[in-house]
Amino acid sequence: MLEQTATLLRGLGRRVTGRIWRLGFASRFLLATLLYSGTSFRRFFLTIREIYFTGVLSLIIILVSGLFVGMVLGLQGYDTLQRYGSSEALGILVALSLVRELGPVVAALLFASRAGSAITAEIGLMKATEQLSAMEMMAVNPIARVVAPRFWAGVISMPLLAALFSAMGIFGGYLVGVVLIGVDEGSFWSQMQASVDFREDIVNGVIKSVVFGILVTWIAVFEGYDSEPTAEGVSGATTRTVVTSSLAILAADFVLTAFMFRGV
Amino acid sequence: MNRMTLDLWVGVFVAIGLGALLFLGLKVGNLATTSTGETYVLKANFDNIGGLKVRAPVKSAGVVVGRVGDIRLDAERYEAVVTMNIGSQYKFPRDTFAKIRTSGLLGEQYIGLAVGGDIEVFKPGDAIKKTESAMVLEDLVGQFLFDKAAEGNDKK
Repeated sequence: MLEQTATLLRGLGRRVTGRIWRLGFASRFLLATLLYSGTSFRRFFLTIREIYFTGVLSLIIILVSGLFVGMVLGLQGYDTLQRYGSSEALGILVALSLVRELGPVVAALLFASRAGSAITAEIGLMKATEQLSAMEMMAVNPIARVVAPRFWAGVISMPLLAALFSAMGIFGGYLVGVVLIGVDEGSFWSQMQASVDFREDIVNGVIKSVVFGILVTWIAVFEGYDSEPTAEGVSGATTRTVVTSSLAILAADFVLTAFMFRGV
Repeated sequence: MNRMTLDLWVGVFVAIGLGALLFLGLKVGNLATTSTGETYVLKANFDNIGGLKVRAPVKSAGVVVGRVGDIRLDAERYEAVVTMNIGSQYKFPRDTFAKIRTSGLLGEQYIGLAVGGDIEVFKPGDAIKKTESAMVLEDLVGQFLFDKAAEGNDKK
């Protein structure tokens, strides 16, 4: 009995210290990435190549999901608003919920599963096939050559993708609300313009998406770099990337929202 | 994939991403009409501002002519001092009435400027003398009940 409890406690302790050790390593890794990111700007083609893989290839999924999320918002928002006779406020509802919350958050979640997992798998496989070690042998810093360009590509792509998501969603809300249901077009746009503030809403949304971009790509490159160099290890790291970054996005969103929109 | 195609695609991506931001700024946030343009300051004292908030619109004849810039309490007279930023192209006569109004039954509150007939106009920094406070629903209901009770007493 005592023996079992001791084993349980020991296991718990090992897991906790393991997590904390990983957090410390991840922070050191982020610092190293920032320190060695000179290369990704001097040889900007490296970063452009990664922007292609993370940003451009995520375009389709972001645009299509944005359109559908906006259309659903239009339908659901109209259904609720018309009960209170204020269906003209549909524009406000669609625009504010997209620009403040859904745009940055859903785009980041999609980005984590579309691009984050790919980054982890790629770096993990590079590690498993000892390409990273080979680079070190040739005196090429793998953090500067492999990790930093991917990190910056993610940080650059994320706000653009979130803005596209919001714009596409507002277009979707317009399609359903104005074209399909027949909400007055003038009041749809004018009420939206009257209540969406550039500084308060749009800039805050962009700040959110930048933070999410940093979080997702940080987790993705770290999990890849830290993965066990086996097939199983890479698959586990990819799963962890999606799970951890999704949770991190939602938690960070709560904190950011509490700071930005308190009492507004 | 060669470098040219890659550059092209990334260029397209960045361009439409910035385009989306521009769309959000201009079409959704209406940056074009709210932040540009010169404004001047007018002040007004109210007994009660109700639920008026900073950035609430200032309207004249229903047209938005400015925004509420700042709301403070005058510690000596216990009145709310509301600072409004009015677009410079709008001039108002000195006997203009400032009233706090509600758009719709439950909508947001705004300041309505009812224009008088004076020839002189407000200069920047002037205070509007004639003001009308916000209608507070509780006071209104209280008044109504009081009147009803008074009516009942008269009948007896």
